[in-house]
Amino acid sequence: MNDPTITLKVTRYRPEHDSAPSAQIYTVPYRQDWVVLDALNYIKDKIDGTLTFRWSCRMGVCGSCGMMVNGVPKLTCAAFLRDYYPHGIQVEPLKNFPIIRDLVIDMSDFMQKLRSVKPWIIRETEKPLSEGEYLQTPEELEAYKQFSMCINCMLCYAACPVYGLEPTFLGPAAIALGYRYNLDSRDQGRKERQPIIASHEGIWECTFVSECTVVCPKDVDPAAAIQRSKVNTTLDWFKSVLLPWGER
Amino acid sequence: MNAPTAEKARLYYPKMPVTWWLRNLRYFLFMMRELSSVFIAIFLVVFLVQIAALARGPEAYTTFMRKLESPGWIIFHVVALLFALYHSYTWFDLTSKVQVVRLGGRQVPPPRVTAVNIGLWLVLSLVILLLFLFA
Repeated sequence: MNDPTITLKVTRYRPEHDSAPSAQIYTVPYRQDWVVLDALNYIKDKIDGTLTFRWSCRMGVCGSCGMMVNGVPKLTCAAFLRDYYPHGIQVEPLKNFPIIRDLVIDMSDFMQKLRSVKPWIIRETEKPLSEGEYLQTPEELEAYKQFSMCINCMLCYAACPVYGLEPTFLGPAAIALGYRYNLDSRDQGRKERQPIIASHEGIWECTFVSECTVVCPKDVDPAAAIQRSKVNTTLDWFKSVLLPWGER
Repeated sequence: MNAPTAEKARLYYPKMPVTWWLRNLRYFLFMMRELSSVFIAIFLVVFLVQIAALARGPEAYTTFMRKLESPGWIIFHVVALLFALYHSYTWFDLTSKVQVVRLGGRQVPPPRVTAVNIGLWLVLSLVILLLFLFA
């Protein structure tokens, strides 16, 4: 009996001679314990060494192997062939990003946006090292922990139609990470992040499609982070208008 | 380091098709939620015209109400009602995302927050309906 196989329809884009991406079909062995990334590595090793894609950890931590699998943004290291077999699988680069080559997208826009929300702890004044760590209670950790699980895999950007239509949108992950630091009891940088997060290109661009939350492999729930930021920003505005002594 | 610029020129920028919202059910439901506002807006305009007719006197009001009895307007109102119900549901769904409810130091699961909101909505709607029918 022949060993079972599965077909992969993979997007190819070779900028040196292609004007637009096209699809190439590969047939690979089907193994129950293989994920899409294993199949891509099989192609790369045994069939076509020119196929280009990003990957690193193979265990859902590094966030580099995100691709569209049958039209859905997924970490290919966590997308099992058995969930699609015996049907074929279409593998495309993440949507809403420029394509560099084959399955590799240009993430520089995301990196710039991520930096703009200052996703690190900001202190008005740093206390000297001799005073020890900034301590935190389990409740204080719980307040932001979910939003700190983001691995910057950009699946949420590929799922977000707002980002696809308005590339100036700050986007789900960057806002969720900004929000994560705003929630951190050790942080004092909310005021510095607000001009970016509360701008038109920030939270107000979001129309709450919520697909970012659906595709997130780490259950970060960026949609919740954005909607809560909208409420907090609105409360800021009310305070500044209604309370003459309020912070402006 | 001229290479990056040359590389950049060869990036392929995919276009989003106008039918993107047909790609999955959730995108479609999102578009329906957005579309519901059109029906709700038309309903409100009709409602304002109705109030204006009421202000003009009983005769104008009866004439206006008779127009609303046409099949076209009845179908419109049924569709607008369905859209209004769906839109309201999406708002209650949103509340659990926005509100973090804590009881005894633990976060109440978001689906339960939504369920309580929807329950209250149904009870209040029922009270209003009963008042409308019997008061």
